Parts: sequence; C-alpha cells; structure tokens
Amino acid sequence: MYTSHTQADREAMLKVIGMDKVEDLFQSLPDEGKFPELALPEGITEMEALDELSYISSVNETPQELISFLGAGAYNHYIPAAVDSILRRSEFYTAYTPYQPEIAQGTLQAMFEYQSLIAALTGMDVANASHYDGATAVAEAVNMAYHNFRGRRKKVILSPSVHPQYRATIHTYMKGMDLEIVGEDLESEADPDQLISLIDEQTALVLVQYPDFFGRIFDLTKLSEAAHAEKALFAVHINPVALGLIKPPSEFDADIVTGEGQALGIPMSFGGPYLGLFATKKQYVRKMAGRLAGETVDALGQRGYVLTLNTREQHIRRENATSNICTNQGLIALASTVYLSLLGKNGLQDLAKLNYHKAHYAAERISTVPGFMVNPVQPFFNEFVIHCPIPAKEVNQILLTHDILGGYDLSQDYPDLSHELLVAVTEMNSKSEIDFMVEVLEEETHD
Amino acid sequence: MTEPTIFELSRPNRIGIRFPAPDVPLAELPEDFLRKDLPLPEVPENEVIRHFTNISQLNHAVDVGYYPLGSCTMKYNPKINEETARLPGFSQIHPLQPVETVQGALGLMHETQQWLAEISGFSAVSLQPAAGAHGELTGVLIIRAYHRSRGDLNRTKMLVPDSAHGTNPASSAMSGMEIVELPSDERGNIDLDALKAECDETLAGIMITNPNTLGLFDENILKACQLVHEHGGLVYGDGANMNALLGIYRPAEMGIDVMHFNLHKTFSTPHGGGGPGSGPVGVIKELEGFLPAPLVVMTSEGDDDNPAIYDFIIPEQTIGRTKSFHGHFGIIVRAFTYMLTLGKNGLKDVAIYAVLNANYIQARVKDVYHIPYERTCMHEFVAEGKWEDAPEIRALDVSKRLIDFGFHPPTNYFPLIVNEALMIEPTETETKETLDRFVDTLLQVADEAKNNPEILHNAPTKAPFGRFDEVKAAKDLILKTQLPDDYLTS
Repeated sequence: MYTSHTQADREAMLKVIGMDKVEDLFQSLPDEGKFPELALPEGITEMEALDELSYISSVNETPQELISFLGAGAYNHYIPAAVDSILRRSEFYTAYTPYQPEIAQGTLQAMFEYQSLIAALTGMDVANASHYDGATAVAEAVNMAYHNFRGRRKKVILSPSVHPQYRATIHTYMKGMDLEIVGEDLESEADPDQLISLIDEQTALVLVQYPDFFGRIFDLTKLSEAAHAEKALFAVHINPVALGLIKPPSEFDADIVTGEGQALGIPMSFGGPYLGLFATKKQYVRKMAGRLAGETVDALGQRGYVLTLNTREQHIRRENATSNICTNQGLIALASTVYLSLLGKNGLQDLAKLNYHKAHYAAERISTVPGFMVNPVQPFFNEFVIHCPIPAKEVNQILLTHDILGGYDLSQDYPDLSHELLVAVTEMNSKSEIDFMVEVLEEETHD
Repeated sequence: MTEPTIFELSRPNRIGIRFPAPDVPLAELPEDFLRKDLPLPEVPENEVIRHFTNISQLNHAVDVGYYPLGSCTMKYNPKINEETARLPGFSQIHPLQPVETVQGALGLMHETQQWLAEISGFSAVSLQPAAGAHGELTGVLIIRAYHRSRGDLNRTKMLVPDSAHGTNPASSAMSGMEIVELPSDERGNIDLDALKAECDETLAGIMITNPNTLGLFDENILKACQLVHEHGGLVYGDGANMNALLGIYRPAEMGIDVMHFNLHKTFSTPHGGGGPGSGPVGVIKELEGFLPAPLVVMTSEGDDDNPAIYDFIIPEQTIGRTKSFHGHFGIIVRAFTYMLTLGKNGLKDVAIYAVLNANYIQARVKDVYHIPYERTCMHEFVAEGKWEDAPEIRALDVSKRLIDFGFHPPTNYFPLIVNEALMIEPTETETKETLDRFVDTLLQVADEAKNNPEILHNAPTKAPFGRFDEVKAAKDLILKTQLPDDYLTS
C-alpha cells in the first residue's frame, strides 16, 4: 500500500486542522455530485495485478512468436542489458525536471551528455534535450521555421516520402498558423530534386526524410542549395542508426535535423514512449523549443550544469512563447545516452553495417521470387520497398499465416502503391528468418 | 564532486558492446554516401555503468527523500508498475502490427479509456497526447474545431486566469487563439465580473485549473462555466490537479467540456527526470467526434467462449493526429496497473489523504509563513517565503536551505500572482512523521531567516554542489562537449 495513515494519525491531523472528519475538507465543493459512487471495481493486490497484466500481455504476439519485418518508424533492435539497468535506477526515474540543480546533477549531466551525443551523431552545432517523438519533432521544426520568419513566409515544402504519420501531425499542429503545405501531392516516390521547382521566396522550410520513409538514400546537396538560395530553412529527418554508416545531414548543410530516437535502445512498446531528436545550427539556438542543459560552475567553482535559456520558455513568456513544450522525454533520452555510450563509434558503425548487409541480402533474395521486384538503382539502408505481384495486403495475410509480419502495406497511406510492401530488416533478423520468408513467398504466391 | 563526462572517459578503440558478425554475404556499400568520421565516445560497459551510477547519486528523487514540489504531484511510483510495463507482451510489440495480433494491448487501452472516463465523468477519452502540455494543445484544437464545424469562425478568444500554468496560454497561442488574461478575486476564485465583461460572440472558451494553482477549489466554478456556456464558449480543464478530486468529484460535473489528465502526476507513473509523461484527453458527448485519431473501441463484447474484440477507429471530425502511433503506451500500462491495484476506494483515499496532508502542513505553518489566500486548501497550498523582519530573504533562500535538510524544495515563484511563492504539495504517500519533520524544518528555517540570514544565503552547503552561476550558463552557452581535437593522436 502506498498510503500509511492510521486512525490515530488521521484524528491527530484533523485535530490540528480543526475538523472532525475528513469529509469536512471538501466543504467548498458543490454538494451535488460530491462523493460519487464510481462504477469501478475494488482494488486488487500486487500479486493479482501481476497475474492479470501478465495474462493481458500474453494475448499479444511479440517477435518471440512472430518473425517481424515491420518497420515504418519503429524498429526491432537489440537493447543491451546495461541500458535498462541504468533506467531502473530510481534516482533517475523518480526525479522531476531538474529545477534545483544542486540536487539534480545526475539528470542535468545526462541531459548535457545526451545533447553532446546527438550533436556528434548528426554533425550539428547544438541539440535540445528532446521532444516527444519523431512526429512532434518535425512539427516543432515547422513551428520553428514559421516563427523564424515571424509568420511572414507562408509556405512549407514537405516531401511525400516523409513518414505519413509525421505529415499528419504537422497538419494538426499548423492548424492555428497561417501556413500552406505543398509537395505532398507529388508522385509518391518522387525524388528530392523534384521539390526544387516548388521553392520560392515565400518558402519558410523544406523538409525531407533521410533515409526517406521508403528507406532510400538520396544526395540532398542540390535541394539544400535551392532552399538556401531562397533563404529558406532546410530540415532533414533522420534515422539515427543509419548515421552510423552514411553521411550526417550536416554535410548537406541542413539547418534543422530531427529524428526518431526509438532505434537507440528504446523498446517498441506499441508505439511509445519514444524520443524526438532535434538539432540545429548555432545561430538558431534561441529559436529552438525544448529544454537545454548548459555548463557552468557552482559557488565552489565546481563544473556542473543547469537548465538554461529558460527565457524562451512558456513559464516565463506565456502566450508569447513560440512553443508550449514543457518537458522533454527525460528517461527515454537517458536510455539513448546510455545506448550510444555503450556502442560508441565502433559499435554504431558495426550495427549500421549489419543492418545494411542483412537488408540487402533480404532484398536480393526477395527479388529472385517471381513477380517480386526491388528498385535496383537507389541506395537504401535497412528498409526497402518491394513491388508484389498481388496486393501487399494479401502478401501480409499470407505471411501472417506462417507467423511472419511481412512489412508495412503502403496502400494505407499511398493509394497508388497498392502492391508495394515496405520491409525492414535489422540485426534481429537472422539469415534463416529471411530465407524462410522467401521460401513462403515462393510457395504461396506461385500461380 | 564533479564527474567526468562520458566523452572524457573515452579512449580510442574501446568498446562497450559487440554485435555478431554478419551471417549473410556482404553487400557493396554506398561509396558516395559513406560517413568519414563518427566522433562518439568509446567506453567499456563497466565504465559506462559506473559513470551513470555515479551521476545518478547526485540526484534527489522520490525514492531518496521527500519531494513536496507544488503542482508536480511527486507521489511514490509503485514498483509493480515498472514490472508490468516491461512484460514482453507489452514492451516488444510493434505499433503497426495487425490488430488481431495485439488484442491484449487494445483491450488494455480500452479499459484505461473507460476507467478515466468513469473517474472524470467524460463520455470519451483519447490516450494519444504525450504529456500535459500536449493534452492542452489537443484540447484547444478540439475547441477550435468544434466552433469551426458550426461556422463560428470568429470565436478565437480564449480566457486564461492569471493563476494558470504557463503552458495554458502557450498552448492556446499555438492553436491560433487570442489570449485574454482574467484576474482572480480576493478569495483566489475566478473574478466573475471580469469574466462577464469578456463574454461576447468572439468567445471560444476558457482554460481553467480547478483546484486552481493556489490549491483552492474555485467557489465560483459552476457560475463561471455556466456563463461561458451561455455565451457559446467551451470550458477547458487543466487536469494537473486531479489528485485532489479522485473519487471526490467529477470534473465533467462542474461544466468542464474537455480536460487532460496527467498520468505522471495523478496516476503514479514516474516523472523520469522530466518525462515521458502521458496526457490523455477526456471530452463530453458533443465533442467525441473531434478527438485525435485513432481511438480504441470494442467492436464485439465477447462471451464465455469468445473474447471481446477491439479495433482502432478514426472519429468523424477528428482534429487529426497529434503524434505518431497510439500514445505513450508504456506509461498507460503503468497507470492502468495503478488504477487496478487501487480500485475505486483506493483512488478516493488518494484524494482524501492528499488533501488531509496539505491542510495539516498548512495548519502547522500558517502562523509563521503568510498564506495569502487562507482557507481550506485542496491537495496543495501556496505560502510566501518572505518576512518583514527578514528583508534580505527571498523564497529561493528558503528553498535552498531546505536542501541542507534533505528535502526537495517546494515550487518557487509560481503561481505568479503570489509574491515569493512557495507552493507545497505534500502528496498522499507520506507518513505523518515525514510531514512533521518537514514542518519542523520549515519553522526552523523561518527562524533562521530572521536571526541568521547568512545561513540561508549560503545554502545549500550540505548538497554535493553549491548554488550555480546561471547567468554564466546563459552567457557562455556551452551546450555540448566533444572528443578533444587530438583524440586519436594523444
């Protein structure tokens, strides 16, 4: 039990307050509706709760029961044991936002190291202490670009190969802004250079994903140059594991880099909590929303960290703040900090290569199945689109009967891609799993 | 006590974890895209663990000591919640799996929606928002969408009391609303005359927090909501202070139309050093169609032989998606576990003891700490950390001195309508002995403020660190560290 007052405690406390019974504490509430009889069950013990929750969880099918090639923004990666070991330290998880730095250096130093690691990974000058997830991070990028031009530039160019759910989130966030979004109605698999003709002096932001939602890797140099030629901001949404192998977006002169950090040691957990990465150039640091830890010294001259640039934030600026963001994803950012610390340079490079090789093996093997095609030209990382001889939905149904989660049926978001399946392969997929899927495809789609 | 950073611990070619060698033929790498350097630290696992363990010990936390931080509800975080959230059937499922493979997860989300609806009196609840401020944004966008669906395009004025959390006006502004601040009356309630003056055909709604941030139940609440409704506006409720009302009063009964919950405050999920939270939004019947997509519904009730079946739906006039996937599922599992273990009477006890504890502390300190709005409080109260006979002492000094006694300080300088505010929220999960020890310390510190102010000015002296130079941090703006330039050669 989590409350401890005995009858004697209650009576002693009420006496100090000057009341006879606890009900008197609620005299200022309206009588009507007070102390409702809730149609809820009585509490159960911890033993019973664990039993019930274990049962509910057992109804779900995990990668232990299903071979999974599902990605599309959430990935099944190995999480080193050391990550959860640190997350379970209750000095971290039962602390609040570090408002009192003298007794919060654990949280603050972890935030500072997180910012440093994300800056190093993305190649950017500065990273904030995180947003809720990849979707809200890109929405905040749009928000930042809008305010950067004080609302005077009214156009955002959004690639159709940005994650559909992220694009939907941007549309929700910008409802209160006077902004127009263009680019999404290009052909689904348009390449980034097709966005160039849309850029003009009204453009606040050009936003692409790298590798894109279809897993493809493009050179973004020309697009970036075109955006900058019109003085627009250029934002790139990344997969952090891919950056163990491929050029960071700083090499394309990105102004804003966002990312979904789930791949960095965060369980899939049915979609959350995840981690929104956000980094930018030094000149935009005051325009960036979100928490920031900065280095300083204490009264004794010891190096330490505090929350800084708070004057940008809502608790001081209220309605004049450019974002309502109040927290970061503290503990999840910590998970990714421990994860990146463990892997380090060599670990992340090895992991990225492992993903790359396995995905390419899978793509090559699937291409050998009659009727299945993979675009042979465009480089990709650990995810790719296969064109199927029958609707992707049916391919998935067939695979599921063999306990395989085939991939993401792209027709859910792109009506013209009815026969296209988005397949992700990570270090968790063995060669034999890949071979088994190919075998099933060969047998079941044979006419 | 300064700990080296993870970058300072790095030495070339050390490795924290290895991955298996590829079991597939190697593919050709994309030469044009290869990264040249990856300046990440290189540290073995044991050193990584020691580093993060060492810095963790520099934190105050609920499991370390008392944390009466106002408006944050720093209650105990039950350990069973951490276990259930980590069950493989919850932690290892992919958000885009076919619904037939994740019926347990959908069922749990549906049950959580039902519990929150029953506790609050709302007709439907979306679990999608990621945190309190995210729930506010969602709620204000719902209000906006409601007015627009009725052709009321001019309803863009959002009233926000001066005692509100700063996120309220910021969330409204993000949604394209014009913010008008409302004063509080001398009892800390919404000023009804000021409210009346703003009620016109441009009124979109009002954002209220009740109990408000003074810890007081607003005595004008029914009239205020009625006024707003009569003038065509909607009432947004900030559910940050729901801990005072569990099983006591349902927010929908006051006239609130849309409200967010803070699972990380009221429902015991850990604050995690600043997140992740979870901010589900409940609405009245008329607003159900505007909720963010997707929602979980039961499509078949099931019987003795067949389980119930659940699915996702997209509400007809939805405001859209506010984030990817389905909300902070891992946090929702923790909150659901908490609700199950407490049940209806346990939830009611939470509110009773939270309110009892706050009134007990208030009663014991009120002769020494001025309480600007003194009446029976709810789960928290606001005192002033200043005295006429201690002119050099500010609330911040009181707070820093409390650190020397092993307490986390109350919230400082909020709400803004109280000078030198000390906002104290005891929570229900503390023993009378802890409360007494905290009160005794507060009384001692007040005495020191008058008789030995230097002790307060110099505090803390018993924490691992002294006061920090925040001006330097903002001026120097050192926001990251990195491997030294000569890393590979030194």
